[in-house]
Amino acid sequence: MRTKSIFRVFLLVTILISGFSNKTFAGGDGPFNPGEVALHHIADAHTFHFFGDIYIPLPAMIFYDRNGGGVTFLPSSASFDIGKGGNGSIAIDRYVLSHGVVRRIKDTNFPMGKVNISWDGHGSHGDDHSAHDHSKHDHSGHGHAGHDHGDHKEKGMKDKIMDELDKGHDVQAFYNGKGFDLEDRSTLDGGLAGGGMTSYMDFSITKNVFTMLFVALLLGFVFLRVAKAYRTRDGQAPKGLQGFMEPLFVFIQDEVAKPMIGEEKYARFMPYLMSAFFFILGLNLLGQIPFFPGSGNASGTISITIALALFTFLITNLNGNRDYWTHILWMPGIPAAVKLIITPVEIMGVFLKPIVLFIRLFANITAGHIVIVAFVGLIFVLGESGKNLVGAGVGAVAATLLTMFMMALELLVAVLQAYIFTILSASYIGAAVEEHHHHEEAH
Amino acid sequence: MTFLAAGRFWPILPEPGLIFWTILIFFLFWMLMSKFAFKPISDALAKRNGDIEDALKTAEQARNEMANLKSENEKLLSEAREERAKMLKEARETGNATIEEAKEKARQEAQKIISNARQEIENQKVQAMKEVKNQAGNMALEIAEKVIRRELKGDASQTSFVNDLVNEIKLN
Repeated sequence: MRTKSIFRVFLLVTILISGFSNKTFAGGDGPFNPGEVALHHIADAHTFHFFGDIYIPLPAMIFYDRNGGGVTFLPSSASFDIGKGGNGSIAIDRYVLSHGVVRRIKDTNFPMGKVNISWDGHGSHGDDHSAHDHSKHDHSGHGHAGHDHGDHKEKGMKDKIMDELDKGHDVQAFYNGKGFDLEDRSTLDGGLAGGGMTSYMDFSITKNVFTMLFVALLLGFVFLRVAKAYRTRDGQAPKGLQGFMEPLFVFIQDEVAKPMIGEEKYARFMPYLMSAFFFILGLNLLGQIPFFPGSGNASGTISITIALALFTFLITNLNGNRDYWTHILWMPGIPAAVKLIITPVEIMGVFLKPIVLFIRLFANITAGHIVIVAFVGLIFVLGESGKNLVGAGVGAVAATLLTMFMMALELLVAVLQAYIFTILSASYIGAAVEEHHHHEEAH
Repeated sequence: MTFLAAGRFWPILPEPGLIFWTILIFFLFWMLMSKFAFKPISDALAKRNGDIEDALKTAEQARNEMANLKSENEKLLSEAREERAKMLKEARETGNATIEEAKEKARQEAQKIISNARQEIENQKVQAMKEVKNQAGNMALEIAEKVIRRELKGDASQTSFVNDLVNEIKLN
C-alpha cells in the first residue's frame, strides 16, 4: 500500500517533469535556466498547457482600437493556430501567440488582419533592430495605449534599461524574413515593477481566470449540495459531504468569526469569510495540482490577491462604526500633539492592512511554486539539459524527494494562508464594528 | 532563448483584466453562495443548535418536574402517615374516654344498686323487726298464756318450763 502511494507520487512528479522536458519548454539548444522556467510556470497564459505540445485554447478578449474604429476583441486563442511550444503561426491585427501568451507586435507598420508568421531565425534578430522604430513602443507609466507620441525626455533610466533588456533577450515574430519586437499587455504598476501601460488592455479568460471560474463552480456545486442536504435532512445528523463540510463551516464560525468579530455581529460577515476562505483554499490547492485543471498560479498572482484584499478593505471600512473612525482620525485619551502623529499613522494603517493581506498571500504561494519548480529543475541542471543521463538520474532522485517534501509543505501552506487571510480579514472587520467601552481615558 | 519579456515578473504585476475578472467572479461567488448556501447553512446550524438547546431544556424541566412530583408524593405520604397516627391516637383517646365513662356509669349504677339494696335491706330490716316485734309479742303472749296454764300444775315443773321457753326464744 505504501509502496503504491510512493509510486503514485513518483508518477505525479514524472508527469510534472514531462511538462518541462520537451525541448520548447526547456529552451531547446541553450543552457537550461531554472529561473526562466519558474517564471514561465507561475506566469499567466492565454492557453492551458495540457501535456507536451498540447495546448487548450482559452477565450482571448482583448479590447483594442481596430483601424481607429471602435473597440474590438479577439475571440479565442485558438484562432492563432497554436503550434509547438504554444506558439501561434498566425498574427491577427498584429496580435500573436507566443509561448501560450497573447502579445502584440510593436511595429504599427505590421500588416493588420490575418498574417502568417514564423518564430525561426531567432538567433540573428540582433541585427534586425533597425527594422523597427523604438520611439514608438514604450509608454511605461504614461498611460494611454496606442498614442504614439514618442517622448524620449520622459523616459526614465529604468525604461531605458528595460529597452536594452528587451532588445537582448525577448523573442521576435518573423514575417517576410524580418524580425518584429513584441509588447505585452498593460499593467497598473506604472513601471515600478517592470510593467506599465502599453497599447492594449487584456480582459481574456486566461489560465488564472479559468482557474478561478473552475474553483467557483466546483465550490458552488459542493456548497449547494451541502445546503440542499441541510434542507432535505432537516433535524438529522450531518452525513457524507455535509458531514465533511460542517466541521469546516463550524470552524470558521467558532474559531474565526466569533472570537474576532464578536457574538452579536459575526453572523452578518460569515458568508464573506466562508467565501474568502474556501475560494482562496480552492485556488491554493488547485495550484498544487501539476496538470489540467490545476497548475494555475491564481492565488500567487498579485492582481488576484489585490482584488480579494479589496473586498476585505471595502467591507471593513464600509462597516466601520463611529468608534472605529474616531480612533483613526482623532484617537481619544492622548494629548493633541501626539494625535497629530498618530492620525497619519492610523490612516496609513487603514491601507496597509489590506496591502499586507495581499502581499502575504501572493508571496507565500508564489514562493512555494518557485521552489517546487526549482527543485524539479535540478534534473535538467544536473543532467545538463538531459545530455548527461547519470546527472539527470541523480537529479531525478534528489528532485523527487525534495519536491515531495515541498509539495507536502505547500499543502500546509495552502490551508494556512487561506486561514490567515480569513482570520486577518475577520480581525479587521471585528476592529471596525467593535463597540468600545471607555474606562475613564484608559487608552 | 528567453521567451518572456526580460525582467517581467508577471505575478507581481497588477493587471486590470485579472483584477476585473477576480472582482466579478468572487463577487458573484460571494453573493450566490451567501444567498443559496452559506446563509441557509448558517440558519440550519443555528436552528439545530436551538433545537438541541430546547431539547436539553425540556429534559431538564422534565427532570425537575419528576423531582417535584417525587417530593410531593413523599410529602403526601408523610402527611397521610401523620394523619393515621393522629387518627389512631384520637381513636385510642375516644376509646379510653368511653371506657372511663362506662366505668363511671357502672360505678354509679353499682352505687345506685347498692344504695337501693341498702334501702331495701333497711326496709326489710324494719319489716323484719316489725315482724320480730310482732312475733315476740305473740310469743310473749303465748308464753304468758302457757305460763299461766302451768301455774295450775306445780312449781318445779313450772320453773323448768319457763326456762325452756326462754331458751326457745332465741332471736335468730
